Amino acid sequence: MSGTIPFDPDDRYNAFLTTCKNPSHGNGKLAGVAVAVKDNISTKNIETTCASKILKGYVPPYDAHVIELLRAEGAAIAGKTNMDEFGMGSTTENSAFGPTLNPCDPSRVPGGSSGGSAAAVAAGMVQMALGSDTGGSIRCPASFCGIVGLKPSYGRVSRYGLIAYSNSLEQIGPLGKSVTDVSTLMSAIAGYDRHDTTSRDKPYTHTPDADIKGLKIGIPQEYFGAGVDPAVAAVVRKAIGRLEELGAVTVPCSIPSMEYALAAYYVTTTCEASSNLARFDGVRYGPAPDTNKSWHDAYTEVRAAGFGAEVRRRIMLGTFALSSGYYGKYYAKAQIARENVRADFNRIFSGADVIAGPTMPTVAFRLKEKSDPLSMYLADILTVPANLAGIPAISVPCGTAHGLPVGLQIMGRMFEDERVVDVAYAYEQAVN
Amino acid sequence: MADEETQVIVGLEVHCQLDTKSKLFCGCSTDYRVDGPNTHVCPICLGLPGAMPALNKRAIEYAMKVAKALNCEILNESEFSRKNYFYPDLDKAYQITQYDKPLAEGGYLEIESDEGGEKKVRLTRIHVEEDPGRLVHMGNVERGKYSLVDYNRAGIPLIEIVSEPDMRSPKEARKFLNKLRATLEYLSVFDSEKEGSLRVDANISIKGNERVEVKNITSYKGVEKALTFEMTRQKNLIRRGQKIARETRHYLEARGVTQSARSKEQEHDYRYFPEPDLRPLRVKSWLDGIDLPELPDARRERFMKEYGCSLSHARTLTGDLRLANFFESVVAPDKAGLSPLAATWIADTLIGELNYRDMSLDRFEPAAMTGLILLLKAETITDKSGVEVLRVMLDERLKNEPAETPDAIVKRLNLAKTAGDTGAITTAIEEAINENPKALADYRNGGSKALNFLVGQVMKKTRGKADPGELNRLLIEALKKREV
Repeated sequence: MSGTIPFDPDDRYNAFLTTCKNPSHGNGKLAGVAVAVKDNISTKNIETTCASKILKGYVPPYDAHVIELLRAEGAAIAGKTNMDEFGMGSTTENSAFGPTLNPCDPSRVPGGSSGGSAAAVAAGMVQMALGSDTGGSIRCPASFCGIVGLKPSYGRVSRYGLIAYSNSLEQIGPLGKSVTDVSTLMSAIAGYDRHDTTSRDKPYTHTPDADIKGLKIGIPQEYFGAGVDPAVAAVVRKAIGRLEELGAVTVPCSIPSMEYALAAYYVTTTCEASSNLARFDGVRYGPAPDTNKSWHDAYTEVRAAGFGAEVRRRIMLGTFALSSGYYGKYYAKAQIARENVRADFNRIFSGADVIAGPTMPTVAFRLKEKSDPLSMYLADILTVPANLAGIPAISVPCGTAHGLPVGLQIMGRMFEDERVVDVAYAYEQAVN
Repeated sequence: MADEETQVIVGLEVHCQLDTKSKLFCGCSTDYRVDGPNTHVCPICLGLPGAMPALNKRAIEYAMKVAKALNCEILNESEFSRKNYFYPDLDKAYQITQYDKPLAEGGYLEIESDEGGEKKVRLTRIHVEEDPGRLVHMGNVERGKYSLVDYNRAGIPLIEIVSEPDMRSPKEARKFLNKLRATLEYLSVFDSEKEGSLRVDANISIKGNERVEVKNITSYKGVEKALTFEMTRQKNLIRRGQKIARETRHYLEARGVTQSARSKEQEHDYRYFPEPDLRPLRVKSWLDGIDLPELPDARRERFMKEYGCSLSHARTLTGDLRLANFFESVVAPDKAGLSPLAATWIADTLIGELNYRDMSLDRFEPAAMTGLILLLKAETITDKSGVEVLRVMLDERLKNEPAETPDAIVKRLNLAKTAGDTGAITTAIEEAINENPKALADYRNGGSKALNFLVGQVMKKTRGKADPGELNRLLIEALKKREV
């Protein structure tokens, strides 16, 4: 049964940058389901801006692979959601088109960078949404908005059509109100795509299973240490207690390489971003430069006017770090640090099936609370390790602290996305 | 000693377009020259946001074929890197290329050295990369300059072959390039006829001095010209006691000179890092499945053995795939009988006539050449008439006129040797002697020049149809009669 669905939401949280009025849908397991799509995922004939002025007016002539898959399953693309410009931020305040507000408390940020997608789901505007997660950009807003968000294993979902911020770290993933919705959306988007040669032939055909008896859960001390709000830590400990009641066993563990995780993350992302974002020059798409200027001057003008402050900062950091003589000192070293993180996880996973801890060290910030970049960067500390290692990680709501949602993060072995979904599902079923 | 002090040292970086059907990272056709600008493009080769490269395996196979033919070592693991720089023809603002882990390293190519004999030019590496788009400059100084950009070329697979500084003259550099071209064409991975399919950067220095990089050489002849200019420039500077600046210079083909590039262009920091959208290449095992065809050196040896060609003829004939194939087709009807004449006529005469017309060999079919060789072999026409027939045949094809057979041309122009018909020659001889009493007198005084002069006059009168041997005999007889 194909047709259109009515969609004309009251977007009081500024979750959407573009809404598709009465979008069409087809047949399949997502027939008639309204899905919101983060604005860094290319959608044919629908403006795609990455919440940046430099892409204002850009309408892709092609669909990202995940969009083709969604359409094939009958989903209705409801619109494009707000985000931190090019994914650079953890609050969605870095959007060129105004911040998104947290539906749980409109004086707070929804988290980021997929804040629009999380808010759209949390506010009930759509049933599901796609986000992308480079260092926590799905899990952070899921945690702050009290919904479920999954960052798949690196390679499980095609990135073709995802406007790259940091290619070696990011994945497209699902957000939804329930684990079942997230799992359903994941089953629609996962699998090999010949257009993304970093993707793997590992389709996801799982139905969540709440039986976690005998499951070994690693509890890393770093996830409950300095910098983590004790109220948040307490809520998460209690949630892990529920998992134990369901028959899981906890084992203490440690990720010593986390000391360098943020540094490795920010070096990698800024280096890759400086290269990825170099193509936005106004020659082929986006606001056009003044053609009476030399190309060099025109580029400078377009890029200075088109990029926001945080994007410019990260481009400059990455350009510096890749400069002649610095590659070994920064990018190459960051890759070694990533190897160490991967090694730590492998060691832990030899004695534990999953790792559990808070998704974010705090609850949602107030708007404009994180004014200096560094304190914002520090908020990513608990989500970044999964991206560095490429492993799957899910955030599932596990109660409140200070009256605001807290997310329980479950990380799993490479390509064991099904298992982290099961643990989240077991928890969700136990508390509901 | 003087030579030793001004020893020229040349190394080359050669970019060749691989003749694959589709581009390096997308399915777009590589046959872009025939269509309008920006018609062979897609989100990938346009570098649209979100598009990702997917490696064309055929291009890697082609590159490995070259590596194998040039005796290179395929690395166990190679990878693609991004070379970051801004330029309007570069749609992603980086070129996907290979940096510290190229596909292949080492190897060599044998060329004929200036001293004669074979010499090995060592290779540093071979890597695979994508071609950028192309800028087309429009307007002029008075009416405002601007450039249009055509991305049809963007993403065409290239290999870059880097040589060690083993060449000792511009001529050797030309020979290296010719040999490389021949090898690539024998491998069926390259088409030298396609405009811009080969581009060369050359490093040249005079021993003991700084080296200069000459960029932007786009023709085979251009290499020798550019390097000869540069060599002379550098030698002159040294002679005047000046220092050679280490710099990049552009070759201006139209003027045949090199010009210093603006210093800005030399300060590029390409910020290389591994391309995160492509996985490392582990393709060494593919080598087993790669079979090489007969290559120029082997074919040259075979031509000497099988057709009795001289070294020089064999080298010329096998130095170009089309020419070698042409020769073999021409002599196919009668290898032993036709080869000696065909080798000379193709290597010495045909090439010259083609070059004179700037004409491609593809426009001349081997059967026509076989017909001509048969006429020459049967001594139906003289060598001189042979050249005339060849010229007519080439001109007809060049002008797209109906192509006559060699026999038809001989008939139409009445070029058949006047063998047996001594009457015409005798008449011509008598006329020539009568018209040139001075030559007769000179001959009597022992002037051999006079004899040659008279031969020429008779040839003119018989329009070259007289058999030279017969003419000589009859002329001397006639002159002797006059002495009586």
